[in-house]
Amino acid sequence: MIAGFRLEQRGSIGPLRTWALSLGAIVVAMVLTGVLFAAFGVAPLAAFATLVDRTILDARGLSEVVRRAIPLMLAGVGLTLAFRARFWNIGAEGQLLIGGVAASGVALFSGLPGPLLLPAMFLAGFAAGAAWGLGPALLKVRLGVNEIITTLMLNYVAIYLVRWLINGPWKGRSLSGFAYSDVFEPAAWLPTIGTTRLHWPTLTLAIAAAVFVAWLLTKTRFGFEVRMMGESPDAARYAGVDSFRTTLVLVLVSAGAAGLAGVGEVAGIHHRLVDPASLSVGYGYTAIIVALLARRDPLAALVTAAFLGWVAASGDVMQVALRLPSQITGVTQGLVLLCIIGVEPFLRYRLVRVPRNAGNGPDGVRPVPKGVQ
Amino acid sequence: MRSVSKRFPGVLANDAIDLTVRRGEVHALLGENGAGKTTLVHMLYGLQAPDEGAIYLRGRRARLRSPRDAKVAGIGLVAQHFHLARRHTVAENLALALPETPALFPTRALRAPVAELAQRYGFEVDLRARVGALSPGEQQRVEILAALLQGAELLILDEPTSVLTPQEADRLFAVLQRMRQEGKGVILISHKLDEVLAIADRITVLRGGKVVATRDAATASAGELATLMVGREVTRGRSPSAAGPGAVRLSVRNLTVHSERGEARLNGVDLDVHGGEIVGVAGVAGNGQAELAEVLTGLRVAEAGTVLLDGADVAGAGVRDLFARGVVHIPEDRNAMGVVGGMKVSENLVLRRHRQAPFSKGRLLDWREVSRNADGAIRDYQISTPSRDTVTRQLSGGNVQKVILARELGGAPGLVVASHPTYGLDVAATELTHKLLRDQRDRGAAVLLVSEDLDELLQLSDRIVVLFRGSVTGTVDAAGAQRDEIGLLMAGDRTPLAPAGSQA
Repeated sequence: MIAGFRLEQRGSIGPLRTWALSLGAIVVAMVLTGVLFAAFGVAPLAAFATLVDRTILDARGLSEVVRRAIPLMLAGVGLTLAFRARFWNIGAEGQLLIGGVAASGVALFSGLPGPLLLPAMFLAGFAAGAAWGLGPALLKVRLGVNEIITTLMLNYVAIYLVRWLINGPWKGRSLSGFAYSDVFEPAAWLPTIGTTRLHWPTLTLAIAAAVFVAWLLTKTRFGFEVRMMGESPDAARYAGVDSFRTTLVLVLVSAGAAGLAGVGEVAGIHHRLVDPASLSVGYGYTAIIVALLARRDPLAALVTAAFLGWVAASGDVMQVALRLPSQITGVTQGLVLLCIIGVEPFLRYRLVRVPRNAGNGPDGVRPVPKGVQ
Repeated sequence: MRSVSKRFPGVLANDAIDLTVRRGEVHALLGENGAGKTTLVHMLYGLQAPDEGAIYLRGRRARLRSPRDAKVAGIGLVAQHFHLARRHTVAENLALALPETPALFPTRALRAPVAELAQRYGFEVDLRARVGALSPGEQQRVEILAALLQGAELLILDEPTSVLTPQEADRLFAVLQRMRQEGKGVILISHKLDEVLAIADRITVLRGGKVVATRDAATASAGELATLMVGREVTRGRSPSAAGPGAVRLSVRNLTVHSERGEARLNGVDLDVHGGEIVGVAGVAGNGQAELAEVLTGLRVAEAGTVLLDGADVAGAGVRDLFARGVVHIPEDRNAMGVVGGMKVSENLVLRRHRQAPFSKGRLLDWREVSRNADGAIRDYQISTPSRDTVTRQLSGGNVQKVILARELGGAPGLVVASHPTYGLDVAATELTHKLLRDQRDRGAAVLLVSEDLDELLQLSDRIVVLFRGSVTGTVDAAGAQRDEIGLLMAGDRTPLAPAGSQA
């Protein structure tokens, strides 16, 4: 209870209310970001106007927003599936990196003919991402090991694996001094729209993945059982759900989607295996915000990924046009996540005024008014 | 309490309640589940604020906005589910309950007052024991002790005997007796008529959120109270099976189960259930009934013993396999296990049947069939829900149980395992549940009814098997059974009885 108010549980949660609250959270986060702008001596409203002008109203800027959104969509959609079953996969970052590694390996060393190269890279990336999620899934269902820890720790393994590869065995011959792999042959480059960096095949794949996961969750027996497991593990056991198999499958799909995001980054943007910090820029972690902001709905994750893609693209504009430090992107993302978590209680509870006649006074009792007794 | 009212969305949980508890009085609150007892207690303990009316303590209006206020005002609560840290010792738990606990060596200051209280009330407590290792009765004494340490002048006990053996209940009553002598007030919440009559000074009966009567225990009768509780004469008639039992459908031999911690939960249980027969399982909670139901429905694997279902060995079969063989289960915890609270009513109506035709077409679900099934079940079982798409969590307990009954009994089962099927239900839902179980029996199904409600067991069962510490202490024919005979068996007394029914 705070200052005469207390929380009371609500009966039901409507989708309208969910969207309104999410939007409210974003507005609050934007206001706080505006305060930050002011602290750096930039007029907040003018700053936001510049941001909108250079990202949404400008074709090239818009392409950058979508370009940033692509990995967030793929990884985020995957996470909505895992989070539905309450498998808290924090490892999309590592799964994305490993997907990029596998695709790079195929591009650099497989020797496959041109037309087969890109499909093989996507397949390898999916498989590698899925494999990266397999360990935590098995440890969870067999031994009850907390998946938050294992998936998070594997991110670091993936980061150092990439570093080792580009500094060691896969270090490019043509680029002595820089830690990159060799550039892929052009057959392993994804096509982009015009002169932008928008690799549209990955975008198509991301939208297809969202539709597929939505279909899985709503139309199939598997999706029904995933939802059951997430909502009530006891009821799922009672209903005869094979939690071992179901968890395994859903984690493979979820982690595989993050792996695909990694393929898109190496084949669409960098065309070689680069340092993990440039390959991902935290997409795997931002995807967690994407999935949570979408309230674990895969189709809504497309929208929230676009929003967080805008935040990321805005970061570039802030640096260049407003001369703000690059870290401000991370701060904005953090504010969004904080506000989303902050409004969570209002989804399930309402604020109710505690009636004055419940009494007052610090000693817990007060005299009976005359005539009452 | 004066004219205290509390509204929840859709219900008036407490309607202008007047209640007075005197010093040195044990005041019983009697009522069925849903009568408003818990809401009343929550308001007294500061967990909920009344919408109207006020609470007075010692003639002064009390402002109880949180349990902390209630504690300061001298109100203690021993809830049905204990609020103790199981991994900590008794002393540590008591220290947590104190208003001013020293930061260092918090338990040192406790010893003297605890010893004094223990002596006054005849407690035996080991301050160094871990709470998790104590019996429910001992844990309850720790809770009472915590309340007394806080200086409680008014102690509220919510269904205190539901977890106790009769002997432990007697010890509890001795403590309450002592509190009465010390001039403290006690509110005892219960729906057990006999114990209320035995211990209380006055009894207030709640029904539908209203006080229907307050009686002196000395002059009240069980029959009168029961009538007040349910609002009409209770018919305790039996309706035995018309056809009589058929062939053995379920045959259990030497069933043995250990808990995760290696304690024996079932100890060589033998049991037969015939088609067209309801076999009741009686026992104080925690004597193996839950494990028996779990093994029979595939939720738990037995270490030893055989389970024959219509002659086929099904020991070790999983939930899905047993359900396909016609074993249905009305689980004890209907909200956590029987339904998925966050899913729609229509989805919960196919929860276990979703793998069968017509709901599954290959790997896809046919939602049109799911909706059609829901409409039929809502109509046939009179499930009161705004729509088939309503989130099941929003339904009342009785309607949640109807969802489970409709799903489990809708498909002509061979064995029905019903665990506490009417616990917490109102009279109408209880009657419907009983009727549906009888219908299954008359259809020729074997019904195993686990319940703590002896009246329900006597009313519905053909035979009653009594479990004590995982063993069958006796089987009695329900028609001629005496309550005290079953009570003795529940307490582990294996005095040979006249053989009744088939203990093969």
